[in-house]
Amino acid sequence: MKTKRVFVVIAFLLIAITLFAAGCGSKQTSAPGNQNQGKDKLKVGFVFIGPVTDGGWNTSHNNGRLYLEKQLPYVETIFVQNVPAGSDSERVMRQLIQQGAKVIVATSFNYGDTVKKLAKEFPDVYFLHATGLEVAPNVSTYDIREYEGTYLTGMVAGKMTKTNIIGYVAANPIPCVVRAINGFAMGVKAVNPNAKVKLLWTSTWYDPAKEKEAALSLADEKADVLAQYQDSPAVQQAAQERGIYSIGYHADMRHFAPQANLTSFTWNWGPIYVQEVKAYHDGNWKGKAIWASAQEGAATIAPLNDKLVPADIKKLVEETKDKLSKGELTVFKGPIKDNKGKTIVGEGQKISDAELVKCNWLLDNIEGKL
Amino acid sequence: MEMVTLLTATLHAAIISATPILYAALGEIFAERSGVLNLGVEGIMLVGAATGFYTVVNSQSLLLGVLATVAVSLLFGLIFSFITITLRASQVVTGLVLTIFGTGLSAFLGKSMIGQASPVIFHKIPVPVLSKIPILGHVLFNHDMLVYVLYLLVPLSWFFIYRTREGLNLRAVGENPAAADALGINVFAVRYFYVCLGSIFAGLAGAYLSLAYAPSWLENMSGGRGWIAIVLVIFATWNPVRAALGALIFGGVDVLGFKFQARGIGISPYFMRMLPYLITIIVLIIITARSQMAKNLMPKALTIPYDREER
Repeated sequence: MKTKRVFVVIAFLLIAITLFAAGCGSKQTSAPGNQNQGKDKLKVGFVFIGPVTDGGWNTSHNNGRLYLEKQLPYVETIFVQNVPAGSDSERVMRQLIQQGAKVIVATSFNYGDTVKKLAKEFPDVYFLHATGLEVAPNVSTYDIREYEGTYLTGMVAGKMTKTNIIGYVAANPIPCVVRAINGFAMGVKAVNPNAKVKLLWTSTWYDPAKEKEAALSLADEKADVLAQYQDSPAVQQAAQERGIYSIGYHADMRHFAPQANLTSFTWNWGPIYVQEVKAYHDGNWKGKAIWASAQEGAATIAPLNDKLVPADIKKLVEETKDKLSKGELTVFKGPIKDNKGKTIVGEGQKISDAELVKCNWLLDNIEGKL
Repeated sequence: MEMVTLLTATLHAAIISATPILYAALGEIFAERSGVLNLGVEGIMLVGAATGFYTVVNSQSLLLGVLATVAVSLLFGLIFSFITITLRASQVVTGLVLTIFGTGLSAFLGKSMIGQASPVIFHKIPVPVLSKIPILGHVLFNHDMLVYVLYLLVPLSWFFIYRTREGLNLRAVGENPAAADALGINVFAVRYFYVCLGSIFAGLAGAYLSLAYAPSWLENMSGGRGWIAIVLVIFATWNPVRAALGALIFGGVDVLGFKFQARGIGISPYFMRMLPYLITIIVLIIITARSQMAKNLMPKALTIPYDREER
């Protein structure tokens, strides 16, 4: 009886192992770059928190990596994806340094502690930490002024709406999300002062079902353009289902809803990577906080959907984009009031970066609460 | 008129929102009626969602997607049955392990599918004639196939459990397996069958999420709906019809939160988000407080492995 039981347990374990092995075989979780080429190339190591195929945050950083390799022929990149924060990230970064990486690009906020620890241990290795908080002699933090991109998508929404109600599905009211929404609302206001932005919080970064529910609720409230600050494309799918327009976030979301998606806000990290790696190569690199803008071409939008967006709107967006990239246009220029009637900045004034960092108000054309 | 549109829109959305929960809950009712508590629902849902999506992306066929989901969740049901029924291991521990395993496995296998769009999805098919009925037509008859299947499954499950001989056998096994065994019912076969059936339903709930509700794959996309389904079974006191009503309430609260927010009605979205769980706790308290009720309604052999030698 007992031996039989043991046999049965072993049989089960075998099944479980087979299942797992089947899974392992089909996936390669980390893919090193072309290591065998050029020994004297400058090696840059990239660490990603998720898969580079996620079509969002990680894909945008991976595109930046590819751009860097293309722009600077003397650079060779090595990358590891699906690296959880904590001890795993430390192991991976150590390994990259051992492989000869001189610059480490940590593409997630969550790698903060590891970067801090390793930066002390390897003073001759330079670290770039995405959306990080702490700068050190060999650590630079970098982020993008996303509101310059959402300003453009806001203009598209303001022009395309017929009901003058634009729906916005957003995850959680934290400063970077609120700032992106305010930038969007400024864009809407610039082209259509009568339009309102109806804002719904889902309190989740990704729950496709919930995001879709929120989007459909906005459509029921007569919103005819839906924008989002969510990781999944559910809002785009909801818009297509209802025959209205939508605007994506993080990456070009066109292929999820080709009949609804007008454009998407996209992160363009390439210029930052090129600028920093070049500075390192030329020997004038310094640890600093980088907040890249449209001037560096960092805050961008995906190509407009030609089938849906008329040529005059396209022209207007192109012109505005041009002004932003030349630094001739400030998104948050006074007078700005929040939706409770409080003045944020007066006529002719600008909001300081320090104020923008802790953005905790909603523009007066937004219907919603923080 | 304004109220009517709000009501129809809310009810329509509530039915969609209730569907994945109800699929999983119906399955769990069958399993628990046979005396087996399967806490692996959340994990099986995720594996079902990933399998369905993966198959449809690669085969472009919804039917194949559903069949693959059924096959894989059946396998999970067999694993669970084997451990808890044949090996008589703790149902609670095994269920939890299955959820953790399923969550991890689906995330692991699904990595490559993140960010992909499904080539075909379950589209809404308005029922001819019926969908033209004012208000109710839109609320009830403007959905996709999986919702219509559910319309049939609820009364059929009820009829099966309460009005057929097989249903009586099922209940007997859940109430008093020793007596059922003495009557010549194969307790092990019955339990295997209904646990696997429940597992298939849970897998379909997942497939509904990834192929109809929000056609895409994301890690952990079930968002705790499997757990809500398990709670819903208690809420419904193991009755399919009550489960349908409960699912509507749970789904409705979820939807109503957004409707209120969109109308600027001053109820905190965080409160609304909490409400389904709050309702659940209240129901749990009511059921346990009236212990007589719990005794009469809960399958008596629930969570107790059956051993012929211990009679």
